[in-house]
Amino acid sequence: MADGAAPVLDVRDLKTVFKTRAGSVHAVNSVSFSLKPGELLGVVGESGSGKSVTMMSLIGLIPSPPAQVTGDGVNFGGIDLLKASDDELRSIRGARIGFVFQDPMTSLNPVFTVGYQIMEPLRKHMGMDKRAARKRAVELLELVGIPDAERRLKDFPHQFSGGMRQRVMIAIALACDPEVLIADEPTTALDVTIQAQILELMHELREKLGMAVIWITHDLGVIAGIADRVLVMYGGQIVEHAPVRELFKHPRHPYTRALLKTVPSVRGEREERLEVIEGQPPILRAEPSSCSFAPRCPFAFEHCLRENPPRFDIGAGHDAACFYDFETGAPRSSATAMAKEEAQLDAG
Amino acid sequence: MLHYTIRRLLISIPTLLFISLVIFLLLDLAPGDPMASIPLTVPPEVKEKMREALGLGEPVHIRFLNWMYQFFVVEPQVLIDHIFGTGFAEGKQRIISFQSRSPVMAVVAERMPQTLWVVGLSYIFATLIAVPIGIVSAYRQYSWFDQLGTFISMIGFSIPTFFSGVLLIVVFSVILGWFPSIYDTTLEVTDWSSFLQQVKQMAMPVFVLTLYNAAQVSRFMRASMLDNLNQDYVRTARAKGMSERVVVLMHVLRNSMIPVVTVIALGVPNIFGGAIITEQVFQVNGLGQMLITAIYASDAPMVQTLTFIFAVLIVLFNLIADILYGILDPRIRYD
Repeated sequence: MADGAAPVLDVRDLKTVFKTRAGSVHAVNSVSFSLKPGELLGVVGESGSGKSVTMMSLIGLIPSPPAQVTGDGVNFGGIDLLKASDDELRSIRGARIGFVFQDPMTSLNPVFTVGYQIMEPLRKHMGMDKRAARKRAVELLELVGIPDAERRLKDFPHQFSGGMRQRVMIAIALACDPEVLIADEPTTALDVTIQAQILELMHELREKLGMAVIWITHDLGVIAGIADRVLVMYGGQIVEHAPVRELFKHPRHPYTRALLKTVPSVRGEREERLEVIEGQPPILRAEPSSCSFAPRCPFAFEHCLRENPPRFDIGAGHDAACFYDFETGAPRSSATAMAKEEAQLDAG
Repeated sequence: MLHYTIRRLLISIPTLLFISLVIFLLLDLAPGDPMASIPLTVPPEVKEKMREALGLGEPVHIRFLNWMYQFFVVEPQVLIDHIFGTGFAEGKQRIISFQSRSPVMAVVAERMPQTLWVVGLSYIFATLIAVPIGIVSAYRQYSWFDQLGTFISMIGFSIPTFFSGVLLIVVFSVILGWFPSIYDTTLEVTDWSSFLQQVKQMAMPVFVLTLYNAAQVSRFMRASMLDNLNQDYVRTARAKGMSERVVVLMHVLRNSMIPVVTVIALGVPNIFGGAIITEQVFQVNGLGQMLITAIYASDAPMVQTLTFIFAVLIVLFNLIADILYGILDPRIRYD
C-alpha cells in the first residue's frame, strides 16, 4: 500500500466521556489515528483500555446519553462522522463500514434465520429485492467458506457452531462491500484452531476484496501475524504507534515493552514465573493530567506525574507517548528541558 | 410439533382424571349439607329421604363414577343432541344442581356470556394496552413515561380488585352517580340507548380487571424488553445500519414476546375463574359468582363441574403456551 494515499478514515482528537450518576468516566482521551485504504491496523491493549469504545464511538454505536463523543473530526470519505445525522450514520454503518463483534454466540439474533439476517443490510442499503438479496447471501456464505450455503440460509444461528457463526458475522459485515471493516476481538471467543481458520479467512478476504481493516485484540500473537501497523492503547489513549515489525523489534513505550514480556515463549528454557504487569489499568474520572501508566511503570520519574506525555515522533512512522527515551536510556531531553524550565519558574 | 401436541394431549388425560378425583374427594370431605337451608320443622327422616333422592346415599366411588359418566358421556351427548337434533341423551340422567334442580351445564351456558363479555374484554384491553406501554417503558427507561407507567402498574398490581372495585363504586356510583353499581343481566341491547346502558354497566368491572391485568403484563413486557435491549444482537442490528424502528420492533420485540406470550396464554383460564371476586363486587352474575353461590349452598355437582372445567382450561392453555413457545422460539424443538 502506498504511503501517500489519502486515508479512508482519519480520526482527530476523539474523546468519549460517560456521564453517569456516580460521576464521569473518560473512556477515550484525545485519540488520533488514520487508516489507509487496504491496510490492516491492529489495536492492542488490555481490557478496559478503550479499544472497543474508541471504534464504536466514531460510528455512533455508543448510546448517548450516557456517552458524550466529541473531537476535532472523524473524516470518512469527506463526511465528518461526528457531525453526521443519525440517518447518515445509519446509511454508512453496515454499508460502508462493517462490524464483526467478539462473541458470535450472542451477536446473531436467535429468532431469525441466518439468511434473513444477511439479507437485511442488502435490502436496506443496496435496495435489492428478495431474490437478488438471496442470491448475494448465498455468494457471501460461500465467500466466507460455509458449505452448502443455499440450504443453510434457512437455518437459525443455534444450528451453527461458534466458528461458523463468526463466519456468518463476517458475511454480514462484508455484505455491502464496505471500505472499512472493524473487527472487535473477532477471534477471542473461539478456540485456537477455529481462530487460525478465521485469521486465514481474513487474509484471503483482504486479498480478494481489498478493504481496510481495524482489528481490535488483546492477543499480540494475532497482531504480529496479520497487522500492517499497530496502535497500542492504554487508559483510553494511544501510547505507541508503529509499523508492526518496528513495534515488535523496538518497542518504545514501557507499556508495550511490558506487554511483549508477558507473552510466554514456547522455545528455550521454561521461565520460573510468567511475567505480569503489576496493578490495574486506571479508570479515569477526569482528563489525564499525568501519564496514566506512571503508577505501574518501572521507568517513571517525577515529571511523568506532572504532565501527560504527548506522542513523541521517533521516525519511521513510529511514535510513543513517553518521556523516557529508551535509545539513550535517559529521560527525553525535551522532557528534562521542560522540567528544568518549570524548576526555574518555581525557583523564580 | 404435531407429535408433541398429541403426546401432551394424551398425557393430560390421566392428569385431568386425577384432578377430578381430588376435587371430588375434597368436596366430599368438606363440611356442609345441601339440606342445611331446609326449615328445621322438616323432620330428619324426610331430610334423609331428600338426601337419598339427590343421590347422596350412594358410596363415594359410585357417586364419583356416576359424575364421570354424566360429565364425559351424557353431557357431550346432550350437546350433540342440541346441535344436530338427535336423541342420544334421551332419558339419561344429567348432572343436576342441588340448588336449582336444573342441569348444571344449562346454567353454565346461561352464565358464560356475561363472564366472557366482562372478563374477556378486560383481558383483551389489558393486553392491547400493556404491550405498547411495556415496550415504550423499556425503550425509554427512567423517562417520565416509564416512571409514570411503572408507578401505575405498581398500584394496579398491589391493590386487590375487591378494593379498587368498591372504591370505584363509591366514587362513580354513589358520589357521582355516573355508572350503575349493579350489573343488570336482563338488559338486552336493542337500540342505541340500551347499548349505552350496557357500556355504562360494563365500564367499571372492565376497568378494574383491565388495570389489574395490564399492570401484570406491562411489567413482564418491560422486563423482557430490558433483558433483550442489552443483548449483543441488538448492537449487531444497529451496526448493520437498521433503523431504531426495525431494531426495536423487529429484533428486540420478537425475542421479548416469547416469555410474555406465555404469561398471557397462561392467564386466559383466569378469565373464567380468577375474576370471581370482581364479579361478586359488581354483581355480575357470571361463572365466578355462580361458583361462590354454589359453594355457600354446598351444591357439590355444580362446584365439582365448574372447578373441573377450570382445571381443563388451565391444562389446555398450558399446552397452548408451550406450543406458542415452540413456534416463537426456533431454539425450542419438542420432538
